Amino acid sequence: MTQERTAAIVGVYEYPLRVAPGISAMEVKLDSIAQALADAGLEWSDVDGLYDAGDGEAGGGLQLAAYLGINPTVIDTTQVGGSSFEFHAAHAVRDIAAGKCKVAVLSYGSTSASNRVAIGTGGRVSPAPNWQQNMESPYGSTLISNYAMVKQRHMHEYGTTTEQLAGISVATRKHAMRNPDAVKAMNDLQFVEVREITVEDVLESRIVADPLHLLECCMISDGGGAVVIASAEIARNCKKSPVWIIGSGEATKYLENNGDITISAAAQSGPIAFQEAGISPSEIDIAMIYDSFSITVAVCLEDLGFCGKGEVGDYVANGRLAFDVEGTPALNTDGGGLSSNHPGMRGIFLLFEAARQLRGESTSQVEGAKLAVAHGNGGLLGGTHTGGTIILAKD
Amino acid sequence: MPNRPQPRFPEPNTETFWEGCQVGELRYQVNNSTGNVIFYPRLHDPQTGSRDFSWKVSKGEGAIYTFSVVRQNRMPNFIDLGAYPVAYIDLDEGFRMMSTIVGVDNPTKDISIGQRVRVEFEKQDEGEYPIPVFRLI
Repeated sequence: MTQERTAAIVGVYEYPLRVAPGISAMEVKLDSIAQALADAGLEWSDVDGLYDAGDGEAGGGLQLAAYLGINPTVIDTTQVGGSSFEFHAAHAVRDIAAGKCKVAVLSYGSTSASNRVAIGTGGRVSPAPNWQQNMESPYGSTLISNYAMVKQRHMHEYGTTTEQLAGISVATRKHAMRNPDAVKAMNDLQFVEVREITVEDVLESRIVADPLHLLECCMISDGGGAVVIASAEIARNCKKSPVWIIGSGEATKYLENNGDITISAAAQSGPIAFQEAGISPSEIDIAMIYDSFSITVAVCLEDLGFCGKGEVGDYVANGRLAFDVEGTPALNTDGGGLSSNHPGMRGIFLLFEAARQLRGESTSQVEGAKLAVAHGNGGLLGGTHTGGTIILAKD
Repeated sequence: MPNRPQPRFPEPNTETFWEGCQVGELRYQVNNSTGNVIFYPRLHDPQTGSRDFSWKVSKGEGAIYTFSVVRQNRMPNFIDLGAYPVAYIDLDEGFRMMSTIVGVDNPTKDISIGQRVRVEFEKQDEGEYPIPVFRLI
């Protein structure tokens, strides 16, 4: 299949602060949209597509449109957790291709850190009685223990070790230390030590939920940002070179009798996206994979086809996916959710850094980077979750 | 006695399951035409959408599919428990459920994948529904 170049990322802005007391989520969204439009060289009035995951005090697309003061011809309020923004990007490309809008804006704002939201260790209670919660809430499974159960099974089936998976945390921290915003984030969030880490550091960090150690878990920050996606015609006249979206895939997965918990939704969304893009995973220079936990990255790398099922231990060991190692894709070169930015729904940040790499603007730049994948995972990896895969290409 | 969160009603999918727990039965559903085992309890068979199913009672034995031990949480009902296990159990009749393992001295050392377990119904401090939990056989 030939690569379609109908729409591109033309503007990105990552809100710099990860601890922003007194700032509202809407303010983060507002500032970010203005800055992302400026990055693209577009005007407020150019926006005719609005994609919103319901974050922020406005709580949805209609309210956001009213607040911003725009009249979009497309509103998409898909809410699939941390992968919402990959779904939005996929939908924006489709909507632009169909002629329904020309300039799509995706935005995110959150104050999880300042509000002390216990995302990983608190419980979730739905307003109304719910069939799934009725079967699970008596057992006190936290979000982290849910992901930990995937790691436990992966270790059991394939002999994967924490020592191997620690390579993910090591490479990611290396990238974070090169990113001034990530270093400030770790300082502001009072990380015990802000420095590069070793495999031993990961192994010696306390266990939060067996077998996941603290240094395999993402931070909880404030933050957000915005992305502008525009039609090919507009993209060619924007300030910076377009970053083309050439493939997308969406999928869901949930607990099934006799199902394999080590296989994620990426096993479905990945092949769809790569086929549409007409490329293979081996051609990817930059792998932006949602790193809520080490195991999320591990399972998604396998499912996207970077290595075979059960082989990810060797694939990521010893920081092999660092930006300066040749022959492997560079993983989460901004420092990831582990060490740079995770206000709860990280999917949008994957698009930012993929775009920065393909524009040559990353703080851990891979020379000659041409192709990137952004894969968001939403919900619970060991339960009900979504996968959204976006393939991006340099102009 | 433990004080686990109770199921909440009205909730039509899981009502029959929880009534079973009150009489010491671990109930599950089977599609009447295909024999497909349905779990978590639902108003339909997710394979076909059919609502033609029967309720059965499990023997309550199975194996640990995977587990974790929660060492840090901020949920009021569990704060005093210390480290506690959560697990997915594969019942012999072919369904998988979330539960916990009781009666182990050290959950971080005494539990492993594949161990055989049997259900028991744990009475709660508050609330009328005993909670199905598992003990190593």
